[in-house]
Amino acid sequence: MLEVEDLVVHYPVKTSFLQRLFSREKLSVHAVDGVSLTLRSGEILGLVGESGCGKTTVGRAILKLVEPTSGMIRFEGIDVTRAKEADFRSLRRRIQIIFQDPHASLNPAMTIGRAIGHPLKIHGLASNDREVRDNVLRVMREVGLTPEEQLFDKYPGDLSGGQKQRAVIARAIILKPRLIVADEPVAMLDMSVRARVLELMLDLKTKYDLTYVFITHDLATARFLCDRIAIMYLGRIVEFGPVKRIYESPKHPYTRALLNAIPVPDPKRRAPKILPRGEVPDAVYPPAGCRFHPRCPAVLTTCGWEGRDFIDYLEERRLNPEKVQRDEEILGPLDEWWARGFQAGRKIGEEDATQLIEHVRSILTEAQPQMNQAVRDVSIRDRQITVEFHDPDLLGQKEVEGRLVECLLY
Amino acid sequence: METLLKAEDLSVHYSTKRGYVHALDGINLAIGRGETLGIVGETGSGKSTFAKAILGILPPKSRIEGRLQFHETDLARIDAEYFRRIRGKDIALIFQDPMTRLNPLMRIEDHFVETIKAHESVSESEARARAVTALTSMRVPESRIRNYPHEFSGGMRQRIMIALALVLKPSLLVADEPTTSLDVIVEAQILEILEDLKRISSMSLVLITHNLGIVAEVCDRVAVLYAGKLAELGPVEDIFARPIHPYTRLLLRSIISLDTKELHSIEGTPPDLVDPPSGCRFHPRCPYAQPVCAEQVPPFVEFRSGQPASCLFGKDFL
Repeated sequence: MLEVEDLVVHYPVKTSFLQRLFSREKLSVHAVDGVSLTLRSGEILGLVGESGCGKTTVGRAILKLVEPTSGMIRFEGIDVTRAKEADFRSLRRRIQIIFQDPHASLNPAMTIGRAIGHPLKIHGLASNDREVRDNVLRVMREVGLTPEEQLFDKYPGDLSGGQKQRAVIARAIILKPRLIVADEPVAMLDMSVRARVLELMLDLKTKYDLTYVFITHDLATARFLCDRIAIMYLGRIVEFGPVKRIYESPKHPYTRALLNAIPVPDPKRRAPKILPRGEVPDAVYPPAGCRFHPRCPAVLTTCGWEGRDFIDYLEERRLNPEKVQRDEEILGPLDEWWARGFQAGRKIGEEDATQLIEHVRSILTEAQPQMNQAVRDVSIRDRQITVEFHDPDLLGQKEVEGRLVECLLY
Repeated sequence: METLLKAEDLSVHYSTKRGYVHALDGINLAIGRGETLGIVGETGSGKSTFAKAILGILPPKSRIEGRLQFHETDLARIDAEYFRRIRGKDIALIFQDPMTRLNPLMRIEDHFVETIKAHESVSESEARARAVTALTSMRVPESRIRNYPHEFSGGMRQRIMIALALVLKPSLLVADEPTTSLDVIVEAQILEILEDLKRISSMSLVLITHNLGIVAEVCDRVAVLYAGKLAELGPVEDIFARPIHPYTRLLLRSIISLDTKELHSIEGTPPDLVDPPSGCRFHPRCPYAQPVCAEQVPPFVEFRSGQPASCLFGKDFL
């Protein structure tokens, strides 16, 4: 039904006039950086990942709510990215979106009935108000917004969160779409209400023969709801395949980390967790090689070690009271160190160069062995000390036990 | 266990245009020294009101009744000036969004100096030294101490806020949805920090959350609130394995976890607290409700040792 091929979406970073004047580098957020996937008719495909992984941007690109930088999206044979506005109108009728915040999705000054019937008017699909009203009341019954006659004239402010989300769903299905992109549709609802909204989505799927793209950060809900999932990290799909396979034996270290981090609602199964270090890095400067490598518990020598990993390591050492003093003495203040691509270094002044280079070599042996082994050379040239890393191995998707994985372990 | 904080018949009413909102109604519970108590409930259950009462930050048009004993002090009786002396020093708070606590125009270091000097007469350099210790213990490097809040990632900000809350070594820490805005891995990291803190200090922790998974992972005991009333209270293992109150049962069943095979929800919606249901406030949504449930307010009584609940038919659920 839907094909996404090598989708790239970069958002420009707003910079001031002076910054633009003095820097030729154009900064952009690499929201989606080469995502390919296919969606089969009638399935529920989950896009799962932490904030900033690009899952929402993929969803929006499908609806042409964001302009892709490159790549292609084809829906039922039509190229969405190149579709003209007129063609796209009919496409919009067949693809609908449900957002996370039902409150923000409904105009507070529009009654529920009018809001749900609005798409019919926009697309000119009803000949008169009577027809709109009948249609709206029918859909309201279907989504459980009852008594529908009474709720028709209510405003969003009079409804509970769950009811509002039902209204949003009603508005999405009134055009009888083929595909619904649901972006965290239950994240803002109370636990006791979530199940009912999810059940409603499943009911409507059968009734209307719908296909869903379900965007979520909640791996538990995705497991229950989806047929296949794509685990995303910093703009890339790291693992993609049938839910059953991925949850039963996750292959990518990131997928494993995510599954491991979910709180288990059973006090008897408390256990210490092995968690990846740190947080998702800035998508303006995604890490080299595998983007997960700086945090990965299973990292290899060839995963993409680069200059700033060395700087991060220096910073990390300063948290250690036994190491901080000697490091400061010999290596100097951290802000004098720079990182560029696969190199890191600093200018050296009058200090003892041999001592410096020896200390850098010795602290590298105390670092993660994979990082140490990735170092090509530590050298002093032109009064600069430089730590240089090897180039990473080329990363590509591989089929592993019935799913695609992007990881050098395989 | 020595009791640190004790609520006795604690009620809080807000005055609104539509009338009084009974946000909390007759709460009885105690928190022991070094204990972690989870407070769970849906939107409007009163869990945040409870936190605000402990911290003396209830909105101006609210009335507090009953007792809230902390050491020798009844927090329900003291004035704002007295509260200012306790808050931050003996009772500290971490919020859902660290940016509401950190001043965007102030360097991280200055937050600490200000907090320390507000409560203790120490020199500037002494205060700074303590800031460094507090921050490095939360893995925030000293080199970043002069940065502004926006220069940190979400998880780092939350760690800064925890460091700031703990710098005066409070005996009670109130954490109101401390991980809700964080991603699952960072959330797990923060929960690990809170657990480590519990191990090394005798600080008590009140953890307010809607996430029962978090409760199961870090709390010793849990209080379940429904519509301003305490539905059930008990050790976390007992509550999860043998809940008594029907609301607790249904709430636990509605959790969507990795083991979920079937979805469950609770019919209806939480009541309007301006005009709460008569009798047991849960009766309109309770599948086991009898006519008497609409008439009698169930007493909060122990059905199992250390596990009181407010249900007229509690013993039938043992």
